[in-house]
Amino acid sequence: MSLKDKLLSSYLAFEDHLEADSPIHDLRTDAIKQFQETGFPTKKEEAWKYTSLAKVLKPDYSIFPSPDNSIDFQQVKDYFLNDVDTYKIVFVDGVYSAFLSETTHDMVDVCLLSSALSKPKYKPVIEAYFNKVAKQESLTALNTAFAKEGAYIYIPKHKEAKKPIEIINFATGSEAALMVQPRNLVVVGENAHVQIIERHQSLSSNPVLTNSVTEIFAEKRAIVDYYKIQNDAPTASLIDSTYIAQETQSHCKVHTFSLGGDITRNNLQFIQKGERCESTLKGITILENKQHVDHNTLVHHTQPNCESHQDYKGIYADTSTGVFNGKVYVDKIAQKIDAFQQNNNILMHDKATINAKPQLEIFADDVKCSHGCTIGQLDKEALFYLRSRGIAEKEARALLMYAFANNVLESVSIPELKTRINKQIAAKIGVSLGFQI
Amino acid sequence: MGKFTEDDLKKELETKEYEYGFYTDIESDTFPVGLNEDIVRAISKKKEEPEWMTEWRLEAFRQWQDMEEPDWANVHYEKPDFQNISYYSAPSKKPKYESLDEVDPELLETFNKLGISIDEQKKLAGVAVDIVMDSVSVATTFKKTLAEKGIIFCSISEAIKEHPELVKKYIGTVVPRTDNFYAALNSAVFSDGSFCYIPKGVKCPMELSTYFRINQAGTGQFERTLVIADESSYVSYLEGCTAPMRDENQLHAAVVELIALDDAEIKYSTVQNWFPGNKDGKGGVYNFVTKRGLCETNSKISWTQVETGSAVTWKYPSCILKGDHSIGEFYSIAVTNNYQQADTGTKMIHLGKNTRSTIISKGISAGKSQNSYRGLVKINSRADNARNFSQCDSLLMGNECGAHTFPYIETSNKSAQIEHEATTSKIGEDQIFYCNQRGIDTEKAIALIVNGFSKEVLNKLPMEFAVEAQKLLEISLEGSVG
Repeated sequence: MSLKDKLLSSYLAFEDHLEADSPIHDLRTDAIKQFQETGFPTKKEEAWKYTSLAKVLKPDYSIFPSPDNSIDFQQVKDYFLNDVDTYKIVFVDGVYSAFLSETTHDMVDVCLLSSALSKPKYKPVIEAYFNKVAKQESLTALNTAFAKEGAYIYIPKHKEAKKPIEIINFATGSEAALMVQPRNLVVVGENAHVQIIERHQSLSSNPVLTNSVTEIFAEKRAIVDYYKIQNDAPTASLIDSTYIAQETQSHCKVHTFSLGGDITRNNLQFIQKGERCESTLKGITILENKQHVDHNTLVHHTQPNCESHQDYKGIYADTSTGVFNGKVYVDKIAQKIDAFQQNNNILMHDKATINAKPQLEIFADDVKCSHGCTIGQLDKEALFYLRSRGIAEKEARALLMYAFANNVLESVSIPELKTRINKQIAAKIGVSLGFQI
Repeated sequence: MGKFTEDDLKKELETKEYEYGFYTDIESDTFPVGLNEDIVRAISKKKEEPEWMTEWRLEAFRQWQDMEEPDWANVHYEKPDFQNISYYSAPSKKPKYESLDEVDPELLETFNKLGISIDEQKKLAGVAVDIVMDSVSVATTFKKTLAEKGIIFCSISEAIKEHPELVKKYIGTVVPRTDNFYAALNSAVFSDGSFCYIPKGVKCPMELSTYFRINQAGTGQFERTLVIADESSYVSYLEGCTAPMRDENQLHAAVVELIALDDAEIKYSTVQNWFPGNKDGKGGVYNFVTKRGLCETNSKISWTQVETGSAVTWKYPSCILKGDHSIGEFYSIAVTNNYQQADTGTKMIHLGKNTRSTIISKGISAGKSQNSYRGLVKINSRADNARNFSQCDSLLMGNECGAHTFPYIETSNKSAQIEHEATTSKIGEDQIFYCNQRGIDTEKAIALIVNGFSKEVLNKLPMEFAVEAQKLLEISLEGSVG
């Protein structure tokens, strides 16, 4: 039985447990129909030209893992951001772990989507925002149909989340193969501010497929700072779709650090609905072995006087492959847009591959849109310079790679997170840098 | 003198019709509409082709039947009805002329209207003109001069008869019959085109050129061009086109194959000014062209194009850099106005070591037009030290047009160095103000700025074309001010 059929029949079982009067019941029915028609994307689709899901769809995944899987704090301690106090929303095999989490309802809501979906108190927010910006692509529709758990973050007008929020999804390996579909909803009200760190972590070598969807709404003058850390086990695949809607003068930043995993696909879509918005999309990708990362970004400018900045750096070793498929879309009325898209890549080995497709679609005439894409190697002269000053080749290479990626790292606004990613990158490159940033 | 306002200008330009729109009534010998194996056989028979060629065409036709019309390009148009086109039309009075005096005066008049005086070109430009009027070569000049050097420059149907070994060896090697829908169609029904062979070590002393015209109502034009530059030779080939005005859409599906053997160089320049449709987007030529060149060791192919005409353009002149140290270049200006749509660009396939390619593409969109750049740079895993530089700039005039960039970059070699840059902008108000201030009116200022914007590409054109191209840019953009 193919995964598609399995999902479709599981849905029938899943539907029985749902309340028919749930506000999102109709959404689910439409979504599963949509998935039934389109199925999983194939390489024939332009957006999936360079990424094949065939391999990750093979294992016989359990769709509804046992709710009793648990883990010890000591076992996963290192995956938390320990140096700084944070709110934590932790899921173990797709199920909320109250023991590992730290949520709040003090001024701001940092809790669970399952409770937001069931409690009448949250109904207005769910009705106003849930599934409002997510596009009905097949994988997102699949997630919508099965959406029951994930993070729910609501920051009201003029409020600020006092601590950064960590959303962590663990896979224990209790199931032979696991498919999870977390669904996050983040609503940031007028003038509000939030910092979020999201990661997916598999704790065993059993295959894991995560089909995650996150919707983020930034109201007027809101500031959203979102970090995605993808440093998963080599048997874990991730399809992450993040949709962001921005209102007037809001600022949204999304940083994606792709350092591990099997196949990782990032769909990151921004829609600017108000004037003077700013969107920032940055990423560092460092891959080895047979890893594959596909960054698919879209920034849709619908209103005048907005800005967007994209900066993705990639270092590819061994037989890894990288894809960057970025698009900037400027509507007719969106004059005075400043959109910039940059993608730099370094190939370390002969069998590594990079496929880039930076696109611009522009319908307004008074705009400044540009993109740059480079593929090259480390500068031989810079390498020679460092070596002539007594730095060993390995360290010299690491320094240069580090410098190459640093641009992106600089704009990380949580110092503890920056240090941590620094260390991870250093470990990945295989040297100790001997200094801290 | 009354003030000539922008409104007056707009009015004048709106009513200004396609300058080259006329129709010459030459009695032609046209096939019934529709396409089937009999028609393909009939075309082949008409051209007095050998058996292998007929078979080659039929094979292409059979494969074409199984193919689907592509729809991935960023263009929207009413699909042509392939059973409603006449696949062959040739001027019926067709004795071969030794001198121009013998040519049908009506035909000469046509060329005069186009501003292509054969006499003048013979004397001044040193250009040998192989005039293709509705698919059949009517006059070939300078043949003798070329023949002395051993250069073969003739129509492709003549080449099939006279030099079958060359045609058989090379036709379909760069653009296979099954390459794409239009290439397959062309392979089945091509009526004529040019053939050029430059022998070893010969540098062609003059620019070779062909003028294409679509004339007969309801006939499609299926040109086939084959240029072979043997070892260490050089040739510069020009292609230029204008088409008469028509209300119904006309289809043009050409195939151009270039083969540059070791150390050879081919420079292929195009100025395309087919009828773009009127200001309401009615009529105009559909231009679906497959152009590709194959570079052997140390050779170079350079494509230069100025695209101002056609209602719909779908064209990607490409280079396969097969040999080590080979070079591919692509310089393009695409101008779209009114309802024109262009989806054009290039493919640079790096297979050999130390191969280099350069892409410079300038897109200018005005009116309600859509202009897309679509390109591929592919570095094969064995193509060590490949180098590519691409630059795509778009200029938007008015807020009803669109500019699109779809570059594909695929690299699987670590020593590759690729740079890609693209920008989109409009003409600066300060630039126009500066010109106005010095007494240059807005229309002229725009022409000046656009010429400056396109200079990098215009510079690559041969002299005769550069002048024509500059004029074309101005004509195409008239009325886009405001």
